[in-house]
Amino acid sequence: MKVAVIVFPGSNCDRDMYHVLTDVFNLDAQYYWHEKELPKNIDAVILPGGFSYGDRLRAGVIAAHSPIIKDVQKIAEKGIPVLGVCNGFQILVESGLLPGVLLKNESLNFMCKWTNLIVENNETPFTNQFELNAKIPIPIANGEGRYYVDDDTLKKLKKKSQIVFRYSEIVNGSSNRIAGVCNEDGNVVGMMPHPERAVESEINPVDNKPSSLIFESLLAKMGVGN
Amino acid sequence: MSLGEQELSELKSKIGRDPTSTELQIVAAEWSEHCSYKSSKRHLKMLPMKGPLIINEKGYDSGVLDVGDGYVVTAHIESHNHPSAVEPYGGAATGVGGVIRDILSAGTRPIAIFDGLRFGDIEKDPHARWLFKNAVTGIADYGNCLGIPTIGGEVEFDECYQNYALVDVAALGFGKKENLIKNHAKKGDLVVLMGGSTGRDGIGGSQFASDSLESEDRSAVQIPDPFIEKLIIEAVLEARNDKLIHAMKDLGGGGLSCAISETADALEIGIEMDVDKVHTRESDMNPEEIMISESQERMLIITSETKLKKLEKICKKFGIGCSVIGHVKFDNQMHIKKSKKTVANLPTDVVANATLLDLPSTKPAYLKTIETEKKFKSISDYSKILIKLLASPNIASRIWVYGQYDHEVGIRTVVKPGGDASVLRLDNGRYLSAKIDGNPKQCYINPREGAIGCFEEACRNVVCTGAKPIGMLDHLQFGNPNDPEIFWTFLESLKGLTDFAQYFEIPCVGGKVSLYNETPAGPIKPTPVIGVLGLIDKQPSIPQKVSQDDCLIIVGDTKDELGGSEFFEYVHKFVGGKCPAVNFENSKKNMKSVLNIIKNNLAKSVHDCSKGGLVIAVSELCMTNQVGCKVSLEKVPGEKLAVDRILFSESHSRYLLVFEKKHLKQAESLLKKGNVSFKQIGQFGGDKIQFTNGAQPVINLGVDKAQKTWSNSLRDLVLNS
Repeated sequence: MKVAVIVFPGSNCDRDMYHVLTDVFNLDAQYYWHEKELPKNIDAVILPGGFSYGDRLRAGVIAAHSPIIKDVQKIAEKGIPVLGVCNGFQILVESGLLPGVLLKNESLNFMCKWTNLIVENNETPFTNQFELNAKIPIPIANGEGRYYVDDDTLKKLKKKSQIVFRYSEIVNGSSNRIAGVCNEDGNVVGMMPHPERAVESEINPVDNKPSSLIFESLLAKMGVGN
Repeated sequence: MSLGEQELSELKSKIGRDPTSTELQIVAAEWSEHCSYKSSKRHLKMLPMKGPLIINEKGYDSGVLDVGDGYVVTAHIESHNHPSAVEPYGGAATGVGGVIRDILSAGTRPIAIFDGLRFGDIEKDPHARWLFKNAVTGIADYGNCLGIPTIGGEVEFDECYQNYALVDVAALGFGKKENLIKNHAKKGDLVVLMGGSTGRDGIGGSQFASDSLESEDRSAVQIPDPFIEKLIIEAVLEARNDKLIHAMKDLGGGGLSCAISETADALEIGIEMDVDKVHTRESDMNPEEIMISESQERMLIITSETKLKKLEKICKKFGIGCSVIGHVKFDNQMHIKKSKKTVANLPTDVVANATLLDLPSTKPAYLKTIETEKKFKSISDYSKILIKLLASPNIASRIWVYGQYDHEVGIRTVVKPGGDASVLRLDNGRYLSAKIDGNPKQCYINPREGAIGCFEEACRNVVCTGAKPIGMLDHLQFGNPNDPEIFWTFLESLKGLTDFAQYFEIPCVGGKVSLYNETPAGPIKPTPVIGVLGLIDKQPSIPQKVSQDDCLIIVGDTKDELGGSEFFEYVHKFVGGKCPAVNFENSKKNMKSVLNIIKNNLAKSVHDCSKGGLVIAVSELCMTNQVGCKVSLEKVPGEKLAVDRILFSESHSRYLLVFEKKHLKQAESLLKKGNVSFKQIGQFGGDKIQFTNGAQPVINLGVDKAQKTWSNSLRDLVLNS
C-alpha cells in the first residue's frame, strides 16, 4: 500500500512521519514535494506537521494554495484516507477540506506538552481499531492549535459524528475541547496532536499502544493485517 | 566604528599603504574581539582539544565527535548577548540561527538546541522580566519553526545582569562521517552566496558586541527569519547528498568580510568577489555595508562550475537566493570589486589574523575578604524557607520556559527536559546525553573553583542519565578584558577548566569567548557556561516512578560550602563565603560508581544535587514523583555541620540515588567497592517532605503545596507581576 507524505516548504515533521510509516509500520511511504503531482494509485495521503511558509499570514493558509492541494482534494473526494497532523490539520482546514479554524492558543504561547485524547468517532480510517471513548496519551506542539467553530457548526459536527478526538482536559481553549475532526464522509481526518511522536515506546513516557492504533486503523482499512 | 590608532598603523605597515574605506571596514570587523579572539586566543590553547573521538578538519565552525558505526555528532556554542540586551526577541532568535548554521557548515543535520539565559532580578525589575519573556519567545519561535527540538538549558537571575542579558545557545548535529564536508577548493571553483538577501541589519554587529553596552544600537541587531533558515538547512543537506559542496561557511559576525577572509585563510586560497553580484534587500547599499552586513540566514559555498547548475536547481526548488559572487584564486588575497573597480585587495592572513594581545592580569582586590562570612539571623521555621526557595526565580520549575519549546520534534528525545540532562537516541542504537551549566554566583567568589564546578555539574548531569562524558563546550563570558582584574578572573576560570578537562580526559570540542559584557553599571560576574556531551552505549537511565518504601542514598560528602549558594544569596542576601570546590579524585570515583549502579540497572532514579542544596534535590524528587520522603540529616556523610549547612550546602560531586528495597544490598556493596562516601539518608512514603535531625523535626511540608509553589511561581512572576 502506498502512502504519500506531502512536503511543503517549512514542513518539519515529514521525516518523523516517514520514519514511523516505513520503519515502524512497514508501509511503502513516499515524499511528495508540494509542487509535484500525486499519482493516481495512492492509497493514503498524510500532511505532516511543521511551519509551512513559516506560519506567515496564518498557519497553513499559504500551503493551502500549493499546487498539490488540488490533487489532495480529488483524492479526498474519491474517499481515499487523508490525515493532517498539526500544521497538516491547519492546511486541511484552510483549504476547506475540513470545517472550522485553528486560532492562537488561549495562553498565546506555543505549547509543547503531553496530554490525553478521547476517541469520539471510531469509524474513520484512522480510528477504526479503537473502542469508543478510548484514551490516547499523546504530545501536542503548536502555537495555533485552538480549534474553533461557531455553535451551529458545532451542533452539525456532533450530529454528523465529525468530532474524532477531544482532549480529556482543557488544553488550549478549543471549542468543545476538540482536538481532531473529520469531513462528512469520514475519510479526511485532521488532528493537532502528534501521533508520530507517540508510537514508539522509547520516546513515549506513558503508553505507546493507543497511538499505534491510529496507524493500525489505516492498515486495517486497507486490509493489511498486522 | 573603526580601528584604533595603533591597529590602523599596524594595518598600514602590513599592507604598505593607506587602506581604502572598504578595507578599513572589513578589517575593523574581522579584528574586532568578537571575530578575532585577540585577547583570549593565546590562552585558549591550554585547553585539551584532542581525543580519540575528535575529528579535526580545517575550517569547521563546530566540533566533530565520532560516535561509532560511521556516525558523527557535531557541537557548538555561541552567545548573542549584546543584541539580546537591546532587542531580546530578535537577538535570541538570531543567536539560535547562527549556531545552527555552524552545525550545518560541517554537513550535519542539526538535531538539538540548548539555551542558557541570564537576566537581572526579575522579582524587582520589570525590564528584566521583559527581556526574559521576549528572549524565550525568540528562541521558541525560531527553534520551533526549524523543527529542531530545544531540549535543555538553564535560566538564572542575578543583579549583575541588570539592564543586560546573556543568551547562550548550544546546538548539536548528527550525520554520517562520510557526509562531512571536507573543506577544499580547486582551481576555477566558484564562490556562491546562498540564502537570504543582504540588507542593512546587523551592520557593525561584531564591533557592537566587542564593546561595553552603552548605546542601544538597534541597527546592529540582526533580523530573524527562521523560515529561510529552514529552507537553507534542507537545501544544503540536499546539496551535500549530491556532493555539490567543496567548502562551506556560515555568515555570522563580520558578515561576508569574515566568511571570505576566514575561508580563504583556512584553505590557503585567494577569493575575488564582486559586491554587485550579492543579492541585496536594498538597491543602494555601498560596498562597505555589503561586506559587513550581518544579515542572517546566509551561507558561503565553494563549488565547481559543473556543479553550479545542480546547486542552482536546488535553491530554486526551495525558493532561496543563490548568487555566484566570485571565484577562487591562488594568490592568498581577498580581492573585493564593485563591478570593475577594486574596492579592497588584502592578504587574507592579514585580515583573518589580528595581532594577538597579551593582556596584564591582577587578582581582584574584592577576593581578599570574600570568603569571610557575616553573622546570619537565626532561622526558626525551615519549612517556610523551603517554600521561599522553591518559589525563588533561580530554583522554581522551568516548565514555563521549556513548555514553549518544541522538545519532541525529530522523535529522538528519550529523556525530556525538566530533569538533569536530556537524552537523544541516535541512529546507531546509542544515546547522546547533554547539558549546559553555569554558576556566576560561585564563579564570582572563586573564578577557578566556580568554573570547575560548572564543568563538574554538567558532567554529573549527564552521568545521572548513564552517560560517560566525551566532550566539552566552553563559553567564557566576562567583562572588559583590558581591566587586569577581570582578565585575571578569565585566566583563572580557563586554568580551572583546563585542569579538570585534562584530569578527566574530556577534550574541549568547541567554544566561544564573549568579552565586554558590561553596562555603565559595571561588568557581569564571571560567567563561564559549560556544555558536556555524554555517550551511552546501551540503555539510558530513564527515571522510574519513585514510590512508597523506596530508599534514598546520597553519594558524596556534604561540606561547609555555601558561598554563592541560593541560601546565602536569596535568603540571607549575602554574597560571599566559601565557594564549593571539587576534589578531582573523589569526583572521579563518584562518577564511576554512579555509572556502575546505572549499568547494573539497580537505581530507579538518579538525581544531581546542586542549586539550593540537598533539601531542594530531595524536594524535586518528591514533587516530580508526588510522594513524600523522610530524611535524617544526621546521617548525611561529610563534615559535621549545623542543620542549615547540611540542608543548603552546594558541595559538588553529590548524587541522590533511589532504590527499591530489594536492590539496596547489592547497590551498597557496589558503592563500597567503588570506595565512595555514601549513606542511606531517607525513605520515601506519605505525602510530606520531612527532614529531621536526630529526634528534632526540621522540615515538614506537604508535597502538594511544595509542588504548586515550585511549578507555578516562575510563570506567575512573568505574567502576573
